[in-house]
Amino acid sequence: MNLLTSMGALPLLGALLIALLPAANSKLIKQAAFVISLLVAAVGFSAAFGFERNVTEFQYVERYSWIPGLGINYQLGVDGISLILILLSVVLVPIVILAGWNESENGRFSVKTFYVLILVLETMMIGVFAATDVFLFYVFFEAMLIPVYFLIGGYGSGARQAAAVKFLLYSLFGGLLMLASIIGLFVISGNQIGRTMDIEALSTLQIDSTTQNLLFLGFFIAFAIKAPLWPMHTWLPDAAKSATPGTSVLLLGVLDKVGTFGMIRYCIELFPDATRTFTPLIIVLSLISILYGAFLAIGQKDIKGLIAFTSISHFGFITLGIFAMTSQGHAGATLYMLNHGFSTAALFLTAGWMISRRGSSTIAEFGGLQRVTPILAWSFFIAGLSSLALPGLSSFVSEFLVLVGTYTRYPVAAIIATFGIILAALYILIPVQKALHGPTTPGNESLPDLNKREIAAIAPVIAIIIFFGFYPKPALDIINPAAIDTITRAGFSDPAPVVGGDK
Amino acid sequence: MTFQAPSLEYGALAPMLVIFGAAVIAVIVEAFISAKHRSAIQLAIALGAVVLSFAQVLNLRGTATATAATNSVVVDGPVLFMQGTILVLAFFAFLLLADTDAFAAQASAIPGSSEERVALQTGKIQTEIYPLTLFAVGGMMLFPAANDLITLFVALEVLSLPLYLMAGLSRRRRLLSQEAALKYFLLGAYSSAFFLFGAAFLYGYAGDVSLSSIGAAVNGGGTNEAFLLIGMISLSVGLLFKVGAAPFHAWTPDVYQGAPTPVTAFMAAATKVAAFGAMLRIFYVALGGAVWTWKPLITAVAILTMVVGSVIAIAQRDVKRMLAYSSIAHAGFLLTGVLALSQEGLESALFYLATYGFSTLGAFALVTLVRDSSGEVTDLNRWVGLAKRSPGVALLFATFLLSFAGIPLTAGFIGKFTIFTAAYDSGNIAVVVAGVLSSAIAAFFYIRVIVMMFFTDAQDDTVTVTIPSLYTNLTIWIAAIATIVLGVFPAPLLDAIASLAVFVR
Repeated sequence: MNLLTSMGALPLLGALLIALLPAANSKLIKQAAFVISLLVAAVGFSAAFGFERNVTEFQYVERYSWIPGLGINYQLGVDGISLILILLSVVLVPIVILAGWNESENGRFSVKTFYVLILVLETMMIGVFAATDVFLFYVFFEAMLIPVYFLIGGYGSGARQAAAVKFLLYSLFGGLLMLASIIGLFVISGNQIGRTMDIEALSTLQIDSTTQNLLFLGFFIAFAIKAPLWPMHTWLPDAAKSATPGTSVLLLGVLDKVGTFGMIRYCIELFPDATRTFTPLIIVLSLISILYGAFLAIGQKDIKGLIAFTSISHFGFITLGIFAMTSQGHAGATLYMLNHGFSTAALFLTAGWMISRRGSSTIAEFGGLQRVTPILAWSFFIAGLSSLALPGLSSFVSEFLVLVGTYTRYPVAAIIATFGIILAALYILIPVQKALHGPTTPGNESLPDLNKREIAAIAPVIAIIIFFGFYPKPALDIINPAAIDTITRAGFSDPAPVVGGDK
Repeated sequence: MTFQAPSLEYGALAPMLVIFGAAVIAVIVEAFISAKHRSAIQLAIALGAVVLSFAQVLNLRGTATATAATNSVVVDGPVLFMQGTILVLAFFAFLLLADTDAFAAQASAIPGSSEERVALQTGKIQTEIYPLTLFAVGGMMLFPAANDLITLFVALEVLSLPLYLMAGLSRRRRLLSQEAALKYFLLGAYSSAFFLFGAAFLYGYAGDVSLSSIGAAVNGGGTNEAFLLIGMISLSVGLLFKVGAAPFHAWTPDVYQGAPTPVTAFMAAATKVAAFGAMLRIFYVALGGAVWTWKPLITAVAILTMVVGSVIAIAQRDVKRMLAYSSIAHAGFLLTGVLALSQEGLESALFYLATYGFSTLGAFALVTLVRDSSGEVTDLNRWVGLAKRSPGVALLFATFLLSFAGIPLTAGFIGKFTIFTAAYDSGNIAVVVAGVLSSAIAAFFYIRVIVMMFFTDAQDDTVTVTIPSLYTNLTIWIAAIATIVLGVFPAPLLDAIASLAVFVR
């Protein structure tokens, strides 16, 4: 059964359906979008239940010839890593729709357009993770930019156009570099095994090291812009500040994961030798990202900017875990992608509600929310704690795995990265203290607390955060085989644990 | 001495003969039919001729690969494909031309004179645009089919001369239009001279004008390398001028801006096909053996063209000039296909030409719709907020721009992918990198237009979008559908090209 195609096509068909609904009836449109996204999530879970945990090959494989003259296929399949990210996407979309029920109202375009864009984006997100043909991946990777561009530019706030354009140009630039690399791969495959873009076939190519390094860079820069890694991060804070909270959740929670996912799936699997060459450089960049993101987060006065910079720090951890090239690091990085998706979602959604209630996104304008709006304040607090990786919340497990995985190969890097955790406590607790505690800032006395719809949206996110904090096994069971497989196929093996000798 | 009549293979020449015949008839119609019925009859003749000619092209498809007219014309797969493409583009261009209010009532009347006013008021509108276009189409069909330097030159002139005139026929802003025509003519005459000069040297080198003999001389190590070099360079200058490659591109923005928009659409879409067709044949068939001599030069020209086109386009404030610079950048991309000098390069260039032609036609057709009381509005600043007033036009225009920018799921992306693949395969990685980087630059100004249309509020409300006539509407929609369909399902066209694209030497 073509489960992946069905899952991907469902939101697209839903978008068509919504396009046919009367534009005036915005309530019906929202309900339809929500129901469709729930259906997609249901399909996603059925895929997860049917997934064979111990098989490392791609599952739910589909393959149809698309452009036979060029050997390009419409080819889908998932391993543990991509399945986890697809699940993250399909779970976040209904939450985003529910949480941001009214954020489509004041946009430049109609309410209808907003939900059409969101659903089209969902199709692209599923496609980008499920594609096992590099050409198909690229198509989704680039086409995805268009709905996001209109979501930021059309429904955001502040300098939304500039932010949308900046986002698009950065991404296009990276994408075009990747295109050059893809063309290179394509030509090399034509010379060696006959033209193909099948990822598994491409990973068997023998590429000389200079070419491999160049091709690797083409892919890596594109993904580093997406992820974003210092110094290619500057588009992210602008985009996150301008986009609606829901769009930001999808942008940071899912779209940026395409970058880290691409590093695993494409950079490492296709160019293992180049990976070896560039690993030290990338580890350094990751460490800079961790610390730089954390320091700038501490200095942020804008709550959305704060979350954006914390994300840059977190993406540093994810990249570190990936390029530590140990199975623990990989599993930790993938789990981190999942957890970061949910904790960022919780942060952005609660922050979005605070901002829409107060009419300002400056942290200093809040204060004493704990007394006025206890549910909102607690939600923000838990989200923040998850972001700083408090034990018992999901991010802790992944951050721990990343650090352990890194330490076995790069102890110094792991130690430096640990400072990121300390800084995290600062950048989360200071705003928590300013915004939630202390005397109630004048003007905030009568802010309403979360309503039922908002509680319904945030509750599952917090439940997931706590659940995976105590019991990450279901996710790790899916991730681990794929992580180990990636490491082995790239020719790395976990450093043998050093038995403490008698000294 | 007895004169032997050349044997003409009428069957193989039929597509061109139909067009030239129709052009002659159209001239007669112009002279004898009353003004009232003339434009309808002219349109019918033109469309009929194009359809008939296209049917002949289809007919020839199976039996092709023959030389005709004593070896001066060759009818092979690529020629038929290009002729077919030119005809399809011409068909829709005629539909655009049919909205006659773009053209001067009497081209001979002095701008602003009472003569002109009277002609407009009494409806004494000349329709010489149809026969002129037909002649140009005929020339364009002959250009890629020409198998010797003389026929090439004749075809070049047959396609160029009508275009010079057509550029000057705009009803509004006539001085600008006439200036464009004059500029085009003067520079075109220079480039023709270069072409002829080069042809003479190549004749001196090979002792023959036919491309295959020149090819044989190049491969067989002709005697006078200097003649070959001078001939090659001069000939290239003439061709590079026609395709609008830097540094011979200076005419493009002025002419694109000044010419009546339907003419610009036709010129931008179809001339490129014809000129690149001829260029591909000359470089592949005649000069293929000397590739190491011309490759560095053309590589430099290709890179320069891409960069100049993309960078200068950023500074443009006029939509037609912007599209002109974009067409220059695309000429650079197409040159990479010439440079590849491989079967693949040829195939990808043919695909690129077809898809680019459609998107260009569609984009210029949309430009004709955006107007104020004095005619088309081409100032980009006044396109601001277009999406609010007419979302359909803005959306379609954005589609064409995204295709130019090479975003996946549009035809432009497949074109770029295949042509860069061919270039990379031929080992010309520098060109690929330059192409990719200039694509990134180009994306900036395409996106800027989208931002203007969608995300900025209009300053003035005097700009309106006319309801397109059926003809224009058809053109726009067909172009848009072709742009998307060829982006999502390019396989049929790619396969068709692959089965056709072998040059007869």
